[in-house]
Amino acid sequence: MNIPQALDPIASAREALDDTVLESKVFANETTLIVRRQDVARVARFLRDTSGLVYNYLSDISAVDYYPEVRGPEGDGRFAVSYHLYSMLYNRRIRLKAFLPEDDPVVPTVTVLWQAANWLEREAFDMMGIRFEGHPDMRRLLMPADWDGHPHRRDYPLGYETIMFSFNKDEINQHKPYAKKD
Amino acid sequence: MAITPVAQPTESVAKWEGSVEELRGLVSDRAMTGETLLLNMGPHHPSTHGVLRLLLELDGEQIVTCMPDIGYLHTGIEKNIESKSYEKAVTLTDRMDYLSPMSNNMVYCLAVERLTGLDVPERAQAIRVICLELARIASHCVWLGTHALDMGAMSIFLYAFREREFILDMFEMLSGQRMMGSYFRPGGVWRDLVPEFMPALEKFVDFMPAKVDDYESLLVSNPIWIDRTQGIGVVEPEEALNLGLSGPTLRASGVNWDIRKAEPYSGYDRYEFDVPLGEHGDVYDRFFVRMQEFRQSIRIIKQAMKALPGGPFRSQNRKFVPPPRAELGQSMEAVIHHFKLWTEGFSAPDEEVYVSIESPRGEIGCYLHGTGGNKPRRVHFKTPSFMHISALGAMSKNHMLADLVGIVGSIDCVLGDSDR
Repeated sequence: MNIPQALDPIASAREALDDTVLESKVFANETTLIVRRQDVARVARFLRDTSGLVYNYLSDISAVDYYPEVRGPEGDGRFAVSYHLYSMLYNRRIRLKAFLPEDDPVVPTVTVLWQAANWLEREAFDMMGIRFEGHPDMRRLLMPADWDGHPHRRDYPLGYETIMFSFNKDEINQHKPYAKKD
Repeated sequence: MAITPVAQPTESVAKWEGSVEELRGLVSDRAMTGETLLLNMGPHHPSTHGVLRLLLELDGEQIVTCMPDIGYLHTGIEKNIESKSYEKAVTLTDRMDYLSPMSNNMVYCLAVERLTGLDVPERAQAIRVICLELARIASHCVWLGTHALDMGAMSIFLYAFREREFILDMFEMLSGQRMMGSYFRPGGVWRDLVPEFMPALEKFVDFMPAKVDDYESLLVSNPIWIDRTQGIGVVEPEEALNLGLSGPTLRASGVNWDIRKAEPYSGYDRYEFDVPLGEHGDVYDRFFVRMQEFRQSIRIIKQAMKALPGGPFRSQNRKFVPPPRAELGQSMEAVIHHFKLWTEGFSAPDEEVYVSIESPRGEIGCYLHGTGGNKPRRVHFKTPSFMHISALGAMSKNHMLADLVGIVGSIDCVLGDSDR
C-alpha cells in the first residue's frame, strides 16, 4: 500500500486555512491547535480528510472551565472545548481546542464528521453547559432531565451535608421535613 | 385491522413523564400513532449488566430504534477529583470501571506522570504490566460468564468466576483489597510485590491456559452458541471507527488498533504478543477475539515474570513520592517531605495532557488539566463503555429483541465506567 508522506499538522493547517489557526503549542509531546470556535468543524474536517494528516478517529471531547479567569487568544474564553483526534495511519494524536465566552458558549457540532461525537457532546452540554449548534439530540445525558445547572462548572458547589451539632440541630432539621422532630 | 395506540398515556394509566411527542425525531413516526411499541428495557433488567436503560421501539419482535439511556450510576467522580490532591484521587478512579480498577489507576497515574514529568522505575513498570494483564483476564472472565449466562449457557459462569476469584486473591495479597486496590500510584506502585505473590502467579499461569481451553470447548463450536451469535450485531470497519469503538469490539471488525502496540506505555514494547483480529465484526467475532486475548495476556505475564527487574518499585523523586516509613526516624528532610506530601500534596503545571491506554474494554483516556497548584482544574475520562453503549443503537437496528441481549453482552459494557 502506498502511504502518502505525513504532513506537519500545524504548518499545513496554517497554510490551507490561513487565519483560522490562532495559536499552536506543544507540551509533553502533545500538539495543540487553538482555533476560533466557529471554525472547529471546518478545521476538524480538514484534519480528517486531508491526505497526509488523516486524523480519522475521534478519541474524546472534553470541556474545561477556567472560572474565575478568562483565557484564550481573544481574552474572553471562560470555557474551552478540546477535541482529541487520533490518526491510525500515522499513529499520532492532535488536540483541537477552542475557547468559548461565558455568555454564549456555543460551538458547531462535529457529529456530521463522527457519530462518536454525539454522546461526547451531549455530556459536555450536560456537565458544562456548552451548546453544540446543529447537534441532532441536545438533551441531558448523565444528569436527570429536570436538573438545575451544570455540575462541572467551577462555580457549581461540590455539595456536602452540614455536620449536625447540638447548636445547629434545629436549623438543620428544619430543612429536612422527613427528619425526626422532637 | 385497527391498531390500538399503546404508548398513549391515559388518565388511569400511570403517566410516563414526558409524552411521546418529546421523542419526535428520535423514534420513527410510526411510534406516534402507536403502530410500533415503545418498551423500556431496564434499568433493572438482569442482562443489561448494571443499570442500563434501553428505550426500544419494537415492530413485533424487531427493533426499529434502540435508545440507550445512562446516568443511573453517575457518582460525580470527575467533579470529586477536582477537590482532591493528585494522589488522593487514585482511590476514586478505582470506582469507575469496577471490573478492572487497575486500568483506571493506570490511565490516571500515567496522566499525572506525564503532566508532572515524573519518572517510573523499570520494576514498577513491569509490576504494572503484570497487574494490568491479570486485570484483563479477570475482567474478561466476568464478561465471558455473564455474556454466556445471558445467552443461556449457565455453567461457564461458575467456571469463569472461579478463576477470577484466584486473581482477586492475588490482588488482595498486593494491595490488601480484592477489587478497589488503588495499587498504582503516581510514580510507581504502592508497595513492592509480597513474597507469596510470585508463587501464586506461577501457579496461575500454569493452570490458566487449560481453563481457557475448557471455556473454548464449551462455546467455540457449540452449535447453539454459533446460531445465536454469528451474523448478529455486525459493524463494518469504517462504521466502527466512525462510532468511536475501540478495544476488542473494534478489533473484531478487523481494525488492527491496540494501544499497547501503537503507543506503548509502561514498557509494553518489550513484550511479544499478537493482536487477535476478527473478520466479520459480529457478536461471535467479538467473543472470539476476547477468548484469544486470554492467551495473549498469559503470554505477556510470563515474559514479564521472567524479566522482572530489581530496583525500586516507586520513583525516588521525593518531591512527588513520600519517603518510606523507615526513613522518617533518621532524616529531618524525610519528615518534611512526608508532611508536605500528605497534607498539601505535590503541584502540577497549568497545562493539559491526554493519555489513553488499552483497558480490557477498549481505549480509556484521561484528560487532565492542572492549575499550577495541588489540585487539578479538570479531569475527564473517556471511557470505552460510554462509546460502546452510544453505538448500541446502530448495532442493534433491525435485530430481534432476543439478539439485543447478546449484543449488549458482546460490547462488554460496565455502567460504572460509562456513568462515572
